[in-house]
Amino acid sequence: MEYFLQQLINAVTLGAIYGLIAIGYTMVYGIIGMINFAHGDIFMVGSFIALIGFIICVMLGIGWVPLAILLVLLLAMAFTAVYGWAVERLAYRPLRGSFRLAPLISAIGMSIVLQNFVQLSQGARPKPNKEVITGAIQLYEANGFAVNLSYIQIIIVIVTLVLMTGFTLLITRTALGRQQRACEQDMKMASLLGVDVNRTVSLTFVMGAALAAVAGMMFLLYYGLTDFFVGFLAGIKAFTAAVLGGIGSLPGAMLGGLLIGLIEVFWAGYFSSEYKDVAAFSVLVLVLIFRPTGLLGKPEIEKV
Amino acid sequence: MAIATADRARPHVSLDWPAALKDAGVTALLAAALGIFIVGFRTVDRGVAGLQFDYQVVDVVVACVVIFFGRLALTAAAGGQPVPALLIGAGLLAAAQGLKLPSDFLTVVTSLIGVALVLRGLWSWLRRSEAGARIVADASEQFGTVTRQAFPWLGAGLLAFAVVLPFLPFADQKVMDLGILILTYVMLGWGLNIVVGLAGLLDLGYVAFYAVGAYAYAILATQHGWSFWAALPAAGILAAMFGVLLGFPVLRLRGDYLAIVTLGFGEIVRIVLLNWVDLTEGPAGIGNIPSAQILGHPFTPNAPEGKTPFHEWLGLEFSANHRLIFLYFIILVLALITNAVTVRLRRLPIGRAWEALREDEVACQALGINPTNTKLTAFAMGAMFAGFAGTFFAAKQRFISPESFVFIESAIILSIVVLGGMGSQMGVVLAAILLIGLPEWFRDLGQYRMLAFGLAMVLIMVFKPKGLVAHRDPTIHLHPPNGRRP
Repeated sequence: MEYFLQQLINAVTLGAIYGLIAIGYTMVYGIIGMINFAHGDIFMVGSFIALIGFIICVMLGIGWVPLAILLVLLLAMAFTAVYGWAVERLAYRPLRGSFRLAPLISAIGMSIVLQNFVQLSQGARPKPNKEVITGAIQLYEANGFAVNLSYIQIIIVIVTLVLMTGFTLLITRTALGRQQRACEQDMKMASLLGVDVNRTVSLTFVMGAALAAVAGMMFLLYYGLTDFFVGFLAGIKAFTAAVLGGIGSLPGAMLGGLLIGLIEVFWAGYFSSEYKDVAAFSVLVLVLIFRPTGLLGKPEIEKV
Repeated sequence: MAIATADRARPHVSLDWPAALKDAGVTALLAAALGIFIVGFRTVDRGVAGLQFDYQVVDVVVACVVIFFGRLALTAAAGGQPVPALLIGAGLLAAAQGLKLPSDFLTVVTSLIGVALVLRGLWSWLRRSEAGARIVADASEQFGTVTRQAFPWLGAGLLAFAVVLPFLPFADQKVMDLGILILTYVMLGWGLNIVVGLAGLLDLGYVAFYAVGAYAYAILATQHGWSFWAALPAAGILAAMFGVLLGFPVLRLRGDYLAIVTLGFGEIVRIVLLNWVDLTEGPAGIGNIPSAQILGHPFTPNAPEGKTPFHEWLGLEFSANHRLIFLYFIILVLALITNAVTVRLRRLPIGRAWEALREDEVACQALGINPTNTKLTAFAMGAMFAGFAGTFFAAKQRFISPESFVFIESAIILSIVVLGGMGSQMGVVLAAILLIGLPEWFRDLGQYRMLAFGLAMVLIMVFKPKGLVAHRDPTIHLHPPNGRRP
């Protein structure tokens, strides 16, 4: 029971990180129907900018942890967003209206570019970060096994919840959200009605990248290190989460992230940690067989 | 494209300099924002002190200046002003060669940008005058005619070259290795072409079948003493079975979903190979895999008991190259078989069904084509050829580990197919030479190789999205091509 509780806490934390990345996938897929394969690497860039930000904070002597975290968060979001914008502008926008596979190939190319760019400029070795937040609340203790809820886990879950709420409001309540939903339904019609499609798509990428940067910083804080390759697996799993929850749906992305986190952590905790990725992918295959639109996705009606 | 059209329509348009300067400034600022942290602050692990910075801010600043002028020159050239473009290009080239830039990388890139700008300026200048424009148009038309006429001969020429290559004087070990590598990718590309190009099923986990073939041979040979020739069909059949295994769950999926599930499948196979240590020896890999033999004659200086080595059998001097040449011909034949089978299958009902399925699945069902069987055969055929290639790979390398079967391999094979212009057999060959041959040749690029590879993928998609050989022969003609109408 204690073990179960502890695993549950870990799983929710991991799920929150996956969910944040998954939102980027799901929004982009919703609006232009492509897998932004480089999104995982945007997440990786975000973690690197956060790492550099923390070191700068230490050098400037900003010792108050909440302030440091806030500053680094804003810094990472802002500069990673530029990456998101630039990737869309350079690699995807010229391909809008090209054949179906073109953006995907371009995205794979961009993913290779980003990975190698970071590897060349920052080196291939994993970069450890000094522990920023330490300490934990002991929730419960029995049979000599303590269930701990660390402060970092609390922060991750709270930040994720706040951002999720904010984004849901942004999509449902603001003019920008309305434009996004309009582009999602019918891009041509939206542009006829005066929606600046290019701007809307760009902003979608910017928002997705900013969220990925948050996830990158959380990842860095939670695991204490990052390297140029972390984006690949995290990206695939987050995409799996997006598909699992029903691609195109924001709550779906969050739910999918949570499920992937649960599957991964519990599989590793109770069966074998080597095959945890296999478990996550197998669940994806099973879901797609029995419910191809994901858990919360709307069925796609094909007109002939 | 928009730039090119403007160029043609209004060659004498005057340039809006303030706007151009602003545009170049924004681009440079953007580059600064992208580079300042990742490039400018290189993190270095200094033991006890933890991570510290190695400042490279100057590099970023220099790069931004170069980008500013480069962008300005491009705008000028597009706006019909070749002189500034030429001047800036020459200036950058001179600066790269004359000044001491902070890194070799910057020197090389700046020089390249300079050369490119000079060429762009010349191009623009040529197009500006009417006579020049006519020359360009004539030349491009002639070039088009020549390539169109030469194209059917290209295949035959390349094949002839491939056959005589091992006997040419410059064919040393390095050349043979490169030839084998390119042919392996050509074969993999042709195999994947069945799945992606013909049947239109996007497979991002193709390398899994390659791995299955390689491991099948490695295990059969090292643990059960099978020979290459006995294991080859077995590995192919095993890989085909894996293809069907993957095919079943993904039958109902389309497009991108299919892509991601196949990617997951590829990763599953790799993770199993990594962790099933009893069978695959895990991350350590399987070594000492016997190479292929010719009629039981091994390619070694000294044969084991009761066997004659190849060179003694033919009475030749021993040379390590014999083995490579032999392997080269094996892969050449295997690749040609793949091609022949694909070309034949395209004319059979199953091949027609693949292509029909690619174009419209619903219409296929209405016409009585069974999509399940059609897709499964495509997966099985594609996987089988990957299995053959994998067997060959294991026999060539004599050591395999899961490291060789990572996602990036799938991405490379897929980009060969797409670059070749999906469905074109010749395109696959050209793309394989371009993507595998060139980077191998430029091994000196070293660590920048993969960066250039990724960049090339993006640029080719942006500028030539239909692939190198965009022209695809219709498989069926309503009227026979020789003009007789029924």
